[in-house]
Parts: sequence; structure tokens; C-alpha cells
Amino acid sequence: MLAKRIIPCLDIKDGRVVKGVNFINLRDAGDPVEQAKIYNDAGADELVFLDISASVEGRETMAKVVTAVADHVFMPLTVGGGIRTVEDMRRLLAAGADKISINTAAVDNPSLITGGAKRFGSQCIIIAVDARRNGAGGWEVLTYGGRKTTGLDAVAWIRKAVEMGAGEVLLTSMDADGTLSGYDLELTALAAEGVNVPIIASGGAGCVQDFADVLTLGKADAALAASLFHDNQLSIPDLKSYLAAHNIPVRIT
Amino acid sequence: MKIVMIDYGVGNLRSVHKALASVGAEVVQSDDPETILAGEKVVLPGVGAFKDGMRGLQARHLIDVLDIIAARRTPLLGICLGMQLFFSSSSEMGETKGLGFVGGKVLPFPENELKVPQTGWNQLQIDPSQPLFNGMQDKSHVYFNHGYYCEPADPSDAIARTDYGVAFAASIHRGSIYGVQFHPEKSQDVGLQILKNFVEECL
Repeated sequence: MLAKRIIPCLDIKDGRVVKGVNFINLRDAGDPVEQAKIYNDAGADELVFLDISASVEGRETMAKVVTAVADHVFMPLTVGGGIRTVEDMRRLLAAGADKISINTAAVDNPSLITGGAKRFGSQCIIIAVDARRNGAGGWEVLTYGGRKTTGLDAVAWIRKAVEMGAGEVLLTSMDADGTLSGYDLELTALAAEGVNVPIIASGGAGCVQDFADVLTLGKADAALAASLFHDNQLSIPDLKSYLAAHNIPVRIT
Repeated sequence: MKIVMIDYGVGNLRSVHKALASVGAEVVQSDDPETILAGEKVVLPGVGAFKDGMRGLQARHLIDVLDIIAARRTPLLGICLGMQLFFSSSSEMGETKGLGFVGGKVLPFPENELKVPQTGWNQLQIDPSQPLFNGMQDKSHVYFNHGYYCEPADPSDAIARTDYGVAFAASIHRGSIYGVQFHPEKSQDVGLQILKNFVEECL
């Protein structure tokens, strides 16, 4: 049976792992290769690296980070953050990434999705969507790290992105993000029912029960979390044992 | 053991290279027929569409080279798209002829509630007598990322099966030809064990 995936996300700035809430009060949290090795040994199913560097130099460093990690851990690696062209994708895939996640650039220029999917295959292209409740029963897509509203309905946008070639969806609830009070189950389930590609749920994980909920009620295929794992509030082996005990298929290593 | 990886322009070979090197193989990447024919064992990696894969081989005049490798019975491992190309044909984007080393077809997953592509870790039901699976436990998880699957004409060519709506051939072995639909280079210790077995055990 296909296992539900547990995915730690590492924010990278200028080649280092950083921690902080909403990109504020960032503090250094170590070397990406060392962190990746720890997660590899803990049985993480995949890693997501989000480049939050603002500078061109930072972006160039990201490719080196990907290569260093890919040379040391043999597991699926996704890279996102600041990818604006098919050439950016090519460069990061050549550096050792397996999948590319695009967010703002895809909203600004949806043909980037098709361009990437045609060149590298849909299985390589993840559409990342930051969504916030709009007060009218729906969710709106935000871009630029949650700073810009778009007027787009999140579920409609996800459908369109998948039609255009995205092979997977990384869906973050901006309402839940950082709250530790659970994923947005309603949003995640709606997205999962709307498309026939895997959904990675993100934002809001605070305890093992939250993962179980989003992988069952939320119909997600994978659950992503960042600070919860970095701060050792939750160990991946403990989490997976809990999920297995609740009849959720996971890979136990 | 000198392993040649065939570089035919589909996807990134870096991870496969590093994974093979980490289990002790001496690895070269090449699209040069002489270099490829000098390999003690050969790996055909690849991600992407079947048609692009065949075109990539054709453009580099490597189809004849692969025919020679198969005829000489040099151990040949196909990974993901590489394994699919060994089959007679694929129905991805219209019927396309493959290398034909293994009889059978490459088919799309049936339309049902399962998500396509299959993305993630699924379990192998292995034939434990196969050298490729030395030291491995049945039901081990490996990492898949594919929208099409292989169905060998001779069911005994499948040496591991995985259930995803259909119990498809996750790995094949026929003579000197080996294939894995999953990504051993992305499957942590289990994947490295399989690559090590290919390097050390498979003849």
C-alpha cells in the first residue's frame, strides 16, 4: 500500500538553515547537510528546501546546498523559493533536486507550469499554494510569502494548475500556519477531492493527532511541518508509530 | 566494478551516479558507444516520457549499442523510464516502440480513485531468490514516481510486484536484463542495498 508521507521542511537563507515565524526573527539553525542527514536517519520520507534568500548570491548558494545534500542523502528532495523560469528549474534539477515547487511565479505566469511539465515531466512540478480564508466560505490565494492578495479562489487555482501540468500540490493554510492548532482540514479535503494528484498539507501541525487528522479526514497524501521537527518537539519515529497504531499506512524504517 | 551510466539527455544522472559510487562502484557517465561497450555493467537511468527517451537514444545512435549489450549478455539495469524502455512498446502519448528486450507493454494506470502519478513509498513483494534482492526483507518500501507501469508478456519476468490499483511489475529480470520501476537512488538504505546487489551479485 502506498504510504502516507511525512515531510520536514527546511527554510534556507544564504546557504544556512534558519528558523523563525513568518520570516521574522530568523535565527541560524545549522548546516543543511547535517540537518538532512538527521532527518534521513529519522525516517523522513522526503525533504523540502525552501529558499528564502533575497539576493542573487543567495539563490546561487541554494544550488550548491542542493548538490551537497543530494550527495549525502539518498531520498527525494524538493526545492522551492524564488524559482521564476524553466532555466531556474533546470539548474536546480541538475544540482540534484528531484522536484521543483513553484508558487508566486506560477500565479504571475501560469505558462511556467506547462513549460516545466513539458520539459521535465509533471512528476517534477509541484504547485505550492498559500491560501487564506476569505470570510465568505472560501479561500483566497496569496503570493509573495503571504504579502499579496490575488483574488484567486484557492481550489479553482489548484484545479487550473493541475490541468496545466502540476503533478503534486503543496497546500499551506496561512490561517493555520504557526498556530500549532492543526491543519486546515476543510481546505485540504476540498483540494484533495478537486484534483487527481497528491496533496501535501502544510501549516498548523502541533501534535501527532493533527497529522492523523489531515491524513484521514483531510484526505492529504502527505503532511509537512517545519519547526515542530526542528525544535525536537516531535520525533518522526514517534509520529510514525502513532500513525501506524491508528491504521494509517506509513513507512517504518 | 566499472559501471557505465548511459547519458541520453533525459533527467539528472547525478543521484544515481552518487548512489552507485557510495556502494563501491567505479562509475562513468557517457553517451559514447565505445565507452558504453567497455562497461562491465551498464545502467540506463531516466525520467520523463517514453517517446523522449527513445528519441534521446536514437539521436545518439545508442539503440544499436544497447542491442549489442543485450546480445553480449552484459548485465544491464534500467531504472524507472530506463526499465520501461526495455519493453516492446508503450501507450504513453500514442503507441511507441521500445527496445524490445522484454516482451510486454507499458500502460497507464487505470482511471479510478487512485492518484496518478503514483508518488511516494510503496511496498515490494519480492522473489527472495533473486540476487537483486539479496539481504532484503519482503514488503520493504521503495520510492516511486511514475504515471505508467510495465506489464511483461511473460509474468515470470516480474521479480517484484507492487500494488497500486493493479499489482504491477515493480522489478523485472530476464537473462542479463534487470529493471526497477522505482528509484533505488532515492530509497535510502533499501535502495542502496539493491544497487549494491546489482554491482556485486547480478550476472
